Amino acid sequence: MENYISLFVKAVFIENLALSFFLGMCTFIAVSKKISTAMGLGIAVMVVQAITVPANNIVYHALLKEDALSWIGITGVDLSFLALLSCIGMIAALVQILEMILDKFFPALYHALGVFLPLITVNCAILGGSLFMIERDYNFGESVTYGVGSGLGWALAITVMAGVREKLKYSDIPAGLQGLGITFITAGLMSLGFMAFSGIQL
Amino acid sequence: MSAILNDETKKVLITPLVNDNPITLQVLGICSALAVTSQMSTSLIMALALTLVTACSSAAISAIRNHIPSSIRIIVQMTIIASLVIVVDQILKAFAYDVSKQLSVFVGLIITNCIVMGRAEGYAMKNPPLESFMDGIGNGLGYSLILVIVAFFREILGSGKLLGIEVFKLVKDGGWYDPNGLMLLPPSAFFIIGLIIWGMRQWKPSQAEKVEFKIMSIAHGEGGHH
Repeated sequence: MENYISLFVKAVFIENLALSFFLGMCTFIAVSKKISTAMGLGIAVMVVQAITVPANNIVYHALLKEDALSWIGITGVDLSFLALLSCIGMIAALVQILEMILDKFFPALYHALGVFLPLITVNCAILGGSLFMIERDYNFGESVTYGVGSGLGWALAITVMAGVREKLKYSDIPAGLQGLGITFITAGLMSLGFMAFSGIQL
Repeated sequence: MSAILNDETKKVLITPLVNDNPITLQVLGICSALAVTSQMSTSLIMALALTLVTACSSAAISAIRNHIPSSIRIIVQMTIIASLVIVVDQILKAFAYDVSKQLSVFVGLIITNCIVMGRAEGYAMKNPPLESFMDGIGNGLGYSLILVIVAFFREILGSGKLLGIEVFKLVKDGGWYDPNGLMLLPPSAFFIIGLIIWGMRQWKPSQAEKVEFKIMSIAHGEGGHH
């Protein structure tokens, strides 16, 4: 249990996907102008991350890993080089299915999150989460924890960023630094703040 | 050579470097750009890998652009890009294993790099293969330029080295340079990119963004008490 808590805290704060690995930066910068939209995107990322990381974990351990196919009698096959292709395919398919399910059964939620879902397929944070899961060789339980934690961390980062930017637009910034430039510097300061969590061991 | 490099080709090759840089102006592809920049050598490999993938995928997609049904074009583009990235990843693992370990997941993340998709969707779908290839190289170089600048500052200020060769002699080795540890941590990459964008926009004011709220200067005496 402690192992999972530690992994969760690490995924949310210390190894925050957005602020310490720079993942999902394009959307992080583009969609963080308003708190409400940022929160919508953040929740969508969290949901998709929590589904895709464990799903990719199952596919990787059951089909792609070295000797993974031994359960159907094929040994000595290492398909792990296909992991990239299978991860991105899996993500695209799951996002599509999620979109259809939301549209059919939860129309209100679909209206809130629907516009963000296509964006998420090409969000580096989602693919990055799955690739980190493979590289660190998480088991199924760990992959669920990591998926939820890293998604929550990303959502937290973009929501806080949007909050800062909403206030920032009233401030007097040099012309060239306006917009993108100051956003990056703010992200740097936030990243410094999140670095303060490093070194915490649970 | 001059026959190949006509005006259009030259334009698509040069403009992405400064005037239409994918990172500073279009905010594309910064995802994987920053995490590898704490060392010059990894960033150079990353830049090379991205430029190759962008150029080859643009050329390949453009070659079959008239045969791709528009409803499934994203999946087709994605598959081509992913296959190329797998090739690059395998080559790196075979010939530069240490570097590929350092780059860890970031080579794989080229798949979702917005520059690659952006060029495929925005340029290669409408233009012939050779121009698309050049456009890919141009945008790849625009990305490389920023990556190398960030890596240059991070490595030289963070550890006093360039490409692993000592430039500033460190205090702990009896020299004079006290390395700035912050430069090796993620926040510094954000600061450097922010400053590059500032510099770029100061140099080319047309790239600056419009302010949302103009701040009125209040003359003395009219502002009342605060």
